[in-house]
Order: sequence, then C-alpha cells, then structure tokens
Amino acid sequence: MNQDIYVVIEHLRGQVAEISFVMLAGAHELAKGLGGNVVAVLLGHKAQALAGNPSAGAGQYLAADKVLSLDHPALADFTSDAYQKVLTDLISKDQPRAVLFGSTSIGTDLASTLSIKLGLPMVSSCRSFSTDGKFISQICGGKIMAEGDLPGPTALVTMVPGGYKAEQGQSAQSPAVTEIEVPALESLRVTLASYIEPESGDVDIAKEPLLVSVGRGIQNQDNIVLAEELAQALGGAVSGSRPVIDQGWLATSRLVGKSGKSVKPKVYLAMGISGAPEHVEGITNSDTIIAINTDPAAPIFGVAKYGSEIDLFDLIEILTEKVKQSKGG
Amino acid sequence: MTANGAVEHSFYNQVLEATPNGERLRLCLQCGDCSGICPFGYLMIHPPSRMIAHLRADQFEKVLDTDTVWMCVSCYACTAVCPAQIPLTPGLMARTKEELILAGNVPTELQSALENSQRYGNPLGESPRKRADWATGILPEVKILGKVRQPVDVLWFVGDYSSYHPRVQLITKALTKILNALGVDFGILGPEESSDGDSQRLAGERGLFEMLAEKNGMAFSKYEFNEIITTDPHAYNAIKNEYPGLDISYPIRHYTEFLADRLDQLKPLLKHEVKAKVAYHDPCYLGRANEIYEQPRAILQAIPGLELVEMSHNHKNSLCCGGGGGGMWLDGFQWEKAHVRLSEWRVSEALAAGAEILAVACPYESPRFEDAAKTVQGAGQLKVRDIAELLVEAMGN
Amino acid sequence: MNIVVLVKLVPDLVEELTIDTSGVALDTAWLRLIINEFDDHAIEQGILLKEGGGGVVTVVAPDIEGVDDVLFTAAAKGADRLIKIKGDFAGVNNHALARAFSAVVKELQPDLVLTGVQANNDLDGSVGPLLAGCLEMPYVGYISGVSLSEGKSKIRKEYPGGLIAEMDVTLPAVLGIQAAEQPPRYVAVSKVRQMMKTSTIEERTASGLDMAGGPTISRMFQTEAGQRATMLTGSPDEVATKLVGIFKELGVL
Repeated sequence: MNQDIYVVIEHLRGQVAEISFVMLAGAHELAKGLGGNVVAVLLGHKAQALAGNPSAGAGQYLAADKVLSLDHPALADFTSDAYQKVLTDLISKDQPRAVLFGSTSIGTDLASTLSIKLGLPMVSSCRSFSTDGKFISQICGGKIMAEGDLPGPTALVTMVPGGYKAEQGQSAQSPAVTEIEVPALESLRVTLASYIEPESGDVDIAKEPLLVSVGRGIQNQDNIVLAEELAQALGGAVSGSRPVIDQGWLATSRLVGKSGKSVKPKVYLAMGISGAPEHVEGITNSDTIIAINTDPAAPIFGVAKYGSEIDLFDLIEILTEKVKQSKGG
Repeated sequence: MTANGAVEHSFYNQVLEATPNGERLRLCLQCGDCSGICPFGYLMIHPPSRMIAHLRADQFEKVLDTDTVWMCVSCYACTAVCPAQIPLTPGLMARTKEELILAGNVPTELQSALENSQRYGNPLGESPRKRADWATGILPEVKILGKVRQPVDVLWFVGDYSSYHPRVQLITKALTKILNALGVDFGILGPEESSDGDSQRLAGERGLFEMLAEKNGMAFSKYEFNEIITTDPHAYNAIKNEYPGLDISYPIRHYTEFLADRLDQLKPLLKHEVKAKVAYHDPCYLGRANEIYEQPRAILQAIPGLELVEMSHNHKNSLCCGGGGGGMWLDGFQWEKAHVRLSEWRVSEALAAGAEILAVACPYESPRFEDAAKTVQGAGQLKVRDIAELLVEAMGN
Repeated sequence: MNIVVLVKLVPDLVEELTIDTSGVALDTAWLRLIINEFDDHAIEQGILLKEGGGGVVTVVAPDIEGVDDVLFTAAAKGADRLIKIKGDFAGVNNHALARAFSAVVKELQPDLVLTGVQANNDLDGSVGPLLAGCLEMPYVGYISGVSLSEGKSKIRKEYPGGLIAEMDVTLPAVLGIQAAEQPPRYVAVSKVRQMMKTSTIEERTASGLDMAGGPTISRMFQTEAGQRATMLTGSPDEVATKLVGIFKELGVL
C-alpha cells in the first residue's frame, strides 16, 4: 500500500473538465502531508494527448507526478460499467491512499459503487483538504461544513469545486505517461448510443465579458427584456440560474451553474439570484460579482464583491438609462 | 371525473349540493351578465355563462380541457350581479378549479403556493417559526398567546402577507401602534397561526382549506379571547362565513369595523393633517362579498385634511386588484394571457378620479398597486397607503 | 414493468440549521424533514413510466418522522405499493440506508430501481449508486429521460452545458434521477387524505444498520458568511450612479 493520491481525470469529447484540475490541486495539498505522489488516472481511447495537451489556453498540463493511461476502445466515451470495471481492477491492485473523483455526472456514477464493491470508505462533497490529512465537505445547500480525518486504507473522495482554483492543478511541464493494461471489457451493461447537442444559442455565455444574470427574482418571462436591455447597453449578454431555465424563460444555453456552464466574465451582475452552491459553482471564476437581491441573507452576498438590497425592478431601468448616458448614447 | 376525462353528471349535482344556494344554478337565464362584468371574461374561452351552458349540455369536459378558468380572480363581481343569485364564485368557479386540480392541471406558480401552504402554513414558503418576527423590537411587546398564556380581549389574526411580506409588515406595525394608542388588550397566535386558507379554497383546494382551518381552529381553542380582528378581508371572509361550517365559530370583525366603533376615541389622536385627495379601493372580500363599505370611509373622513374621492368603480362594483382566488400566485400565467393587469387598470382609475393617494384595506393590495403604479403612465407620484398607515400618519408617530 | 422507487427524507433548508451539542451532527429539535426533491422526481418518473407502459410502482422509504405523509402522497399520485422500513435511522448514513433498502429490493425483484441522483445531506455518496453496488446492478445517474423496452432501458444522461448522452442500460438497473420528464405533479390534499383511509403501508424491518464505509465526522459547523460584499445603499438613482462608477473602474464602461 502506498501514500499516493490518485485523481480520476474527467474528460468529455476531447476536453479535460475543469474539475480535474481542481482535484489535482486538492491532491497536491493532501500529498504534502502524506508524502506520496499525485497520480492522474486517464481512462479513454487514444486520449493520452489530454495529459500533455491543455484543454484550452496555452501550456497548461495536468499537474501530476505521473499519468496512468488505461486505453481501450470501450473507454472512448464515459460509461459507468466499463469505467467501474477498470477502476475496480486498478484500485485493488495499486491500493493508493486516496482516489479523487469529481462530484459530477461522471464521478458520482463511479465512487459510491466502488466503495461497496471494494469495501473501501468514501467521503462525498469534499471541498478541500488540510495538510494534516483532513477532508472538509459541504452539505445542505452549502450551509453546513463537515470535517474529519481522511478514512483508510484507501479513501474514495468525490470533490466539488470552490476550494481550489484550476490554475493550482495545472503545470507548465508535461508529466510522464505510463500505459497500464486494461482488463477485458465484455458484456457491458451500459453503452453509449449518441450525444445530443445543446440547442445552439446565439451566444456562448462562457465567452462573454459581461453577464447580466437573472434568477427567480425576475418573476416572469416578460421581465427578461429588462435584463436584455441592460446587457445590450453594457455590451454583454443575459444568462440565468436554474429556475429561470426550468420555466423556459431562457434557453438552456444560458444556464449558469453546475448543470449549465461555468462562466468567467469580467463582471457578473446577478439580479434576483439567491446564490445556491449549484449556481455559485458556475461563477467563481468571474473577476467581479455584483449581486442585487432584496434578501440580506442571500448566500450570493458571500461571494459577491459588491451588493445591494435594492429591488431589482426599482433599479434596472434607471441603471440602463445611466449606462446609456455615460456611453453618450 | 370518469376515466376518459368526461365529467359525470355528478359534477353538476355536486355544485348544487356542496354550495349554499347551489341549486340556484338551475335558474340560470343565460343572460350573460356574469361574463360581461367579469374583468377577465373577455379572455376566457368559457366565461361563466358559457360554463353553465356546457354543464347543462353535458359537455363540461370542453371547459375542463382549457385552462382559462385560471383567469378567474374570484372577485365576486359575477356573483353580485347575477339576477338569479347563483353562487357563481364559491360554487361554479371554485368547483371547476377543484376539478382541474384533481386532474393535475395546475399552473406552476399556483402549485408552489399550494404546496408551501401545506408544508409551511403559508403560501410564501417562509418558516412558520418566523411568523411573528415582524413584531421583534416593538414596544410594548406584542403578546404572543403561546408564550404569554393569559386571556386577552382581542385575538388579532394577522395573516400570511401581513406577517411575512416586507411591504405589508409596515401596515401590520402601523396597526400595532393604533391598537396600543387605543389601549386595546390584544394578542396574536404567532407561529401557531396558519394561513386562513380562503384564497386556497377559492383556487380549488378544498382539502387544503379544511386542513388549514382545522389547525387554526385548534389554535383558537387553546386560548381565551372575546373576539377576533384582522386586517385581511380574506381571513375575515373565511373565519366569518366558512369556518362555522367546520364547527369553528368565533365572532370576527375587520379592523375597519373595529376602529369605526372606536372613532370617538380615535379622533382626538388624529392631530396632524393628511392633506390629500384619497381614493378608497373597496376590497372584493370586504365590500362586495361582505358588504362593508361605509366604515372604512368613515375612518378616512375622520382624518383631518383628507378629501375622499370616489373612483368610477366603487362600492359594489369595485374593480378587483387581481389578487384573489389564487390570482396572487398566477401573475405570470395571467400576464401571459392578458398583457394587462387589473391592478394597473385600477391605478389608472385612481388617477382619473384625481387621487394623490390610493387607500387600501387588504394585504394583497399595497404590493400589487405599488407595482402597478410603477408601470402606469403618470402614476409615478401616486401613493398607496393602507388606512392604518394613514391613521398613523395623522397620529403623528 | 416492476418499478421500485427509493425515497429519503432530508433536512428542509427553509428552516435554520444548527449543530447539536455533540458538535458533529445537526440539531434535530427544530429540524423539518421533507422528501428529497430528487426522490420526488424519481416518483414522478416512475408514475410516468407506469402511465406510459403499464406496470407496478412500489415506493420504499425508511420509517422516520413524516414518512407516512410522503408515502400516502405517492399513492395519491399513482404508486401501487407503499413500504416503510422500520429501524433506528437517527444519524444513519447512506451506506446503512442502501444496505437496508437492498434487502427489500431483493425481495421485490424489480426490473428498474429509481431514486434521486443525490440528496442535500449526502456525506458518504448517494443511495442510488451504493445500492447498485450492493445488488451488483448497473447504475447511471443524472438522468433526465427514461424509456423502457423488454430487458433494457434507453436513458438520457445530463452533462454540463446542456450536453446529453443517450445510453442503453440493461435491466435490472438502478437509475439516479436528476429531473423527471415533467415536474412532479400536484396532488390535492383531499386525495392524500383519501389515500390515508384506503391505502396501507406495508412494513419491513431492517436487520441492523451497518454504517461501514462512511466517514467519521470530527466537526460539523455552519458556513461563515465569508467576506461579505460591499453593500451599496441609497435610492435607485444613487445606487445606479454608484454602479456606473464601479463599471468604469472595472473597465467595462
């Protein structure tokens, strides 16, 4: 048994998901105290380039001491059955100190089942680690934190974003890649049929420099136009939180948050958004968050740099007017 | 409803039996007065008279296939005008909504309000433990009966919006001042109070109404008091007219009745002028449904400097603010169909009457009219005040 | 189709959450427990599948405060059988709950098991995939669409950004529901009350609750508000002016 921290890299259609870098950052924090290596585990088919190639941007590689590549056609796309079989094999052979998974559509399909199959303890919703080997998880809508010693002999941990920045899990050097033999993968019970693309929005909110984002507080579809006018005046776009998209007031392509997009605008203006963790997850990379919400206890004020309790309906049109005036328009 | 969605004849009979005077449904002349006076009648595929026609033709499923009955704000205008005196609002409209709810046809906003009422005892989804938080810091301390355990003269049934909505809490605090100034010995139920349930009843949830009424009944029975007062005409209507059918009987008055009785005591306290033209809006459930028109006006006229003006729709044919019968929780739905809000119509009437202040006496109204005043042209300066707030202004506090 | 839906009750976040005197658990004195909203979606999905293709829906839940109401409500929506598992579930983790559920599920021999993809108080994984491990069934989570045919199911799995993967899963399987194909239907209070009179809740007993596999919590605490935002006050005009100033500072204007 070793003190290595394994990180199950998440990738989808040729892109490494940001959570992978967050996990690597967390793994390094843990490894500081335990003295082991950070090992990236890359399941896929001809996906080795992902270890050495960045998902986007220039020169960022997986910040791992080494990469284990498990290559098999059946692993080309994520499916729970195939990935589980491979990881069961790997974890029982290598017995690392911990295996980190994303608390995502990929990671949560794996960790719990492996916990039962391998008889290994697990911790979910982990946000960060301390160097003395403690996990810190968040539950109950982000309102409660739970801390404890990392269980053993091998802890399976699902991680949520927020505790580390992606940059902390990226490295300027490309790690060494080792090929690991993959067990036979037959009679798989879960197979991929096809992908269905999201509706192509006219706008990719992940690329917008400024977002006027609306939540439940916008109250109904007809008020969205007020946000659009403000966004237009500011040279940005409109996005929204889950309740707004669920009601059909904005297209799915405009959804910000855990089940939507992560955005990184210069300014994120959140109007009538309470700031539940699932939403906040998508905005932590914004440069400046400004929150308008009549509820002083709204969690969004904990992540915003500026805020106001003013009623968004009292503010929005005056603000649009003043923005236009300042532009001389 | 039968398996294939057809409504059995029993629906007709149920309306007849379930509603007091329900059998008057048989006397419908098909005159169409109800559909004509209905503020949203022009948007309903099947306005009230046509609903009755379908019912008689045994093709009521045609009505149930549409969702336009959700445009009904239970304002009682149809019931008040019907020459055959058919209980249209509590009978036909509420029962039709009930059928739709049983079939699962409920607009989403309304669904949340009903689920919240069930879970938290209020449609806003607020914690019941915080129902008396509005009273924090007020001196003398507002008596919460569960804590104080003494008999009081008056039980003040505060109500949902009056307890939780920030705008309406101001009115609640205003009335507290008035009651204290008059030396009234009152108490509130606080966290033991549940929604009166009347709007939920009219939105078609009879079972939910009964559940809420039972809870309130149990709370009432624990304490000693001589009468109940409330600022909420919906609570007033429920406790006065509907609760006795569930064996929950207590004398209740709307606060305007209560204060009108004490006008001699109140007048000397009204030292400051409120110099303004004030239009009083008759709430549907105080005015039309319960025929209380003069007491609120008497109180307003007692305020020095105040000039009372009447809007073109007043007293019995007052125009609904749009909040009743579930309307408070159907705003998005109704807006999408109508692109006009009843509250905006009313605000325009206030302006036309030359009013500077629109006076109200129901907790749904101040937020609705203030929102409307923001969008109606020329209404920027119109103030919306509850009678209690005008009294406090005149008291100079 | 024999469909089983597993339901958990979780803390209602509307109420204030506090930590009890032990320092490692939530204070239950004022805690309101409500159905896990994702499990509510699972019930809805189960009923939709039954309405579409026939079958039997059984809803199973642990016997804790509020469970009867949850089960009768499920019956009012169309569930055929209601089972509650008796045992001391106070402070019990998901590993124990999954094991308790697996005994009942084995007895029921379903084609499909549905449960919410997660719950707000999950600290040791989620019930769905844990159960799949106990029963050696395939598991897929974050499901927003399910259709069934003989021996298999076609599911829609949600990925971030609106991407969906359509997958085939052999039955029997456990699916973690993110969203039912339509929002959970409303059921009138009168219908639920009717169910209370006409339906019965069957009982099973959990033979011991084995929590092995969960972490040990050494400290539980409330999240700090964090560094709070600088609040802008004043009239709408004043706040708007301040915001324009901030936009200029940040270089967006």
